[in-house]
Amino acid sequence: MMRIAAGILAAVLTLAARADAPRFKIERGEACVAPTAEMRRDHMDMLLHQRDRTLRQGLREPRFSLKNCVDCHASRETGSVLGKEGFCSSCHEYAAVKMDCFECHTPLRQKRVAARP
Amino acid sequence: MNPDRREFLGWGAAAAAGAALAPGFRLIELAQARSPQEAASKLQRWGLLIDITQCGECDACVTACHEENGVTGHGRPGTDAQWIRKVSLRDKRTGYAQTLPLMCQHCEHPPCVDVCPTGASFRRDDGIVLVDKHTCIGCRYCVLACPYGARSFVHEAVSGQKADVPRGKGTVESCTLCVHRVDRGETPACVEACNKDGGKAMAFGDLNDASSEIHRRLKREPSSQIRADLALNTGVRYQGL
Repeated sequence: MMRIAAGILAAVLTLAARADAPRFKIERGEACVAPTAEMRRDHMDMLLHQRDRTLRQGLREPRFSLKNCVDCHASRETGSVLGKEGFCSSCHEYAAVKMDCFECHTPLRQKRVAARP
Repeated sequence: MNPDRREFLGWGAAAAAGAALAPGFRLIELAQARSPQEAASKLQRWGLLIDITQCGECDACVTACHEENGVTGHGRPGTDAQWIRKVSLRDKRTGYAQTLPLMCQHCEHPPCVDVCPTGASFRRDDGIVLVDKHTCIGCRYCVLACPYGARSFVHEAVSGQKADVPRGKGTVESCTLCVHRVDRGETPACVEACNKDGGKAMAFGDLNDASSEIHRRLKREPSSQIRADLALNTGVRYQGL
């Protein structure tokens, strides 16, 4: 029994030693436009689809707009989705997936949010 | 007054205005603002009419444009982006001088779209010529092809962009006719500034809409296109040139 417990602990420690899991705050995470699992897997496709509709056809639907993502998920402290614990950058750095959205788009929230109580 | 009520009254006012202009003919398609779920339509063709006789020495349109779109330079006029500029004309024989704002002319047959190898340069259904920076590779063929010199290349990394106007290094850009404002039912920043601080020389509207001011003026008064010989059918027209 002890051996099994130690084995599990060792496995957990090795996993933790490999890389720190990304740390980020969801900020306004109570209700996103889709369930979390779907957002994690498909957010890039949603954004890709929406960007072409917006730019080419002039459909400015708010549901999957990048502006809306940023408005909810930008950090309360920095007002940005980038940075050390930024909502976008922390996961993307962990997964080593380069995103170039914010070379052109602003990573800063546009709407003003109420201060944290 | 809550926003819903205000919006409702706005629609009512727009409907009343439309009915008064052309009784019995236009009962729908009256207000300019589309809903966000409605695509840009071929029924519309957005354009500008610029009366050069009213255009003075000010540069309110240029300042307003660059402020609205977050176009900032690095103090290097040779390479800084320029979406709109004032051009001065002078008749050498008589000394008669004129000045006019020049920007993307939003052609019906845009040379920039013809030459683009990736399809990034495109014309929206309502006549606004844009660059899809997601697919722009920065080759700058369009910069060379445009007879009006309207396009700029972004040479340096950009920060502090406006949320509605993404801009980035390595892509080409030009006047968007303030497409983000037009989609909200507003007029471009240059037109607003000209009518507020300038000589009231610029008018914006739908060239296809028989009840619009711009359509009526173009029908009744003489106007011209710059480089009309190229037969590009520009969306920006000038008077007094």
